[in-house]
Amino acid sequence: MAKVIVTDREGADHELNGQSGWSLMEIIREANLPIEAACGGCCACATCHVYVDAAWVDKLAAPESDESMMLDEAFQVQDNSRLSCQVKFTDALDGLKVTLAPEF
Amino acid sequence: MGEVGARLVIETDMVIIGAGPVGLFTVFEAGLLGLRCHLVDNLDKVGGQCAELYPEKPIYDIPAIPSCTGQELVDNLMRQAEPFGPQFHLGQQAEKLVRLEDGRFELTTSEGQVFRAPVVVVAAGAGSFVPRKLPLPGADAFEGTSLFYAVRRMETFRGRDLIVAGGGDSALDWALNLHPLAKSLTLVHRRDEFRAAPDSVQKMRELVASGAMKLVIGQITGLEGEGPMLSAVAIKDAAGEVVSLPANALLAFYGLKMELGPLASWGLGLERNLIKVETEAFETSEPGIFAIGDIITYPGKLKLILSGFHEAALMCQKAFKYCHPDEKLVFRYTTSSTDLHKKLGVA
Ligand SMILES: Cc1cc2nc3c(=O)[nH]c(=O)nc-3n(C[C@H](O)[C@H](O)[C@H](O)COP(=O)(O)OP(=O)(O)OC[C@H]3O[C@@H](n4cnc5c(N)ncnc54)[C@H](O)[C@@H]3O)c2cc1C
Ligand code: FES
Repeated sequence: MAKVIVTDREGADHELNGQSGWSLMEIIREANLPIEAACGGCCACATCHVYVDAAWVDKLAAPESDESMMLDEAFQVQDNSRLSCQVKFTDALDGLKVTLAPEF
Repeated sequence: MGEVGARLVIETDMVIIGAGPVGLFTVFEAGLLGLRCHLVDNLDKVGGQCAELYPEKPIYDIPAIPSCTGQELVDNLMRQAEPFGPQFHLGQQAEKLVRLEDGRFELTTSEGQVFRAPVVVVAAGAGSFVPRKLPLPGADAFEGTSLFYAVRRMETFRGRDLIVAGGGDSALDWALNLHPLAKSLTLVHRRDEFRAAPDSVQKMRELVASGAMKLVIGQITGLEGEGPMLSAVAIKDAAGEVVSLPANALLAFYGLKMELGPLASWGLGLERNLIKVETEAFETSEPGIFAIGDIITYPGKLKLILSGFHEAALMCQKAFKYCHPDEKLVFRYTTSSTDLHKKLGVA
């Protein structure tokens, strides 16, 4: 199965099974990693914020304007910031690396 | 509907904590049984998550309503509740709940409003909506003196060098309202695009063009100053440079989050931040205190609006007994009961 590597807030790496068709947030939440995702993936809370590894940024579909607007409410946003609920995982993303953004 | 003057003791049948969809539908179910309701909510509007998190997004799983937006659902619930004249106490948090000697409850809000009622309904969702705070070390020390997440009194900002952070309606509205009072006002936002209403954005742009307001594109990375008095805010600009912007007041809008809040300490038997209830009447471990909607847990619970509606209907049956211990409740249909038609104002 395709893999996703998620670095948690303590810096530890976790290798997760990436279910094709799920959102990245769902994959992270299903693995019980600490992601709040308060709105359950509706692009309404910005609590599923992750940083995408530089090598992967361009391989993801660009964010829609909804997502950019919601990112305005996140903190410590960087050029590689994404809301993980808006990133759809596919087998083509095997090996995708992301880091959980700080919680607040 | 109206705000009742503060600090008056209000006596009623039911106090509902939370004016989300489930709290609103409770007004209707209680109303059919002749019970009067007062509702308390931290938000300055009704509708809970539907109104705050997804007013414009469609909902498809409300029975018999194939599709409606969050706000449409709330508006319709308000219409449905209207015949029963619910009273709303918004912008305040239910803080303290005690049982009185006569067996009723006394609930006090953060604004000092006091209610006495035989029944309390906790329809608190995932907790109170409260502003998200800046996750910066030492930020607490400034809060309330020079760092704010909401405006209580505009006068607080008179004559100050104020930074407003955010790009939504709250940030823009307050920047526009406060700039005449403040000595200087700088709006700080992550990017040069704003989510706020287009005419607020235009007004802001005009003020910036005329020099009456400053706009800085960047993100706050640090706060400078001694103890409670802020002297400057560190901002990383679009080019990645950190600049220090002098200011003695910061008003930050980073959206709202839900926080369980005071009800965590009411001894209601919480399990992973949810209230445990039985499923016959959705009563908590404390007789007379009911809990319904997203805040509760029981085997098989689904956090859906329709589940909350069902819970409200069942809960009101038992609540009636606390309000009218000597009366017998007769089961009736809204279709055919003239008594219910009278209550609904359609007779
Ligand atoms: C993006 C999104 C999409 C959704 N889509 C659907 C859907 O399609 N279908 C569906 O059935 N459900 C959906 N839901 C879930 C649905 O919104 C919730 O089940 C519903 O809002 C729960 O209603 P509630 O009244 O129990 O709580 P809430 O809506 O959370 O309202 C609770 C209210 O209580 C207030 N409160 C809490 N504590 C206090 C206190 N101490 N003092 C004062 N006020 C307090 C809060 O401020 C809040 O306004 C969705 C949720 C989200 C976030
Ligand atoms: S889970 Fe809320 S925006 Fe992604």
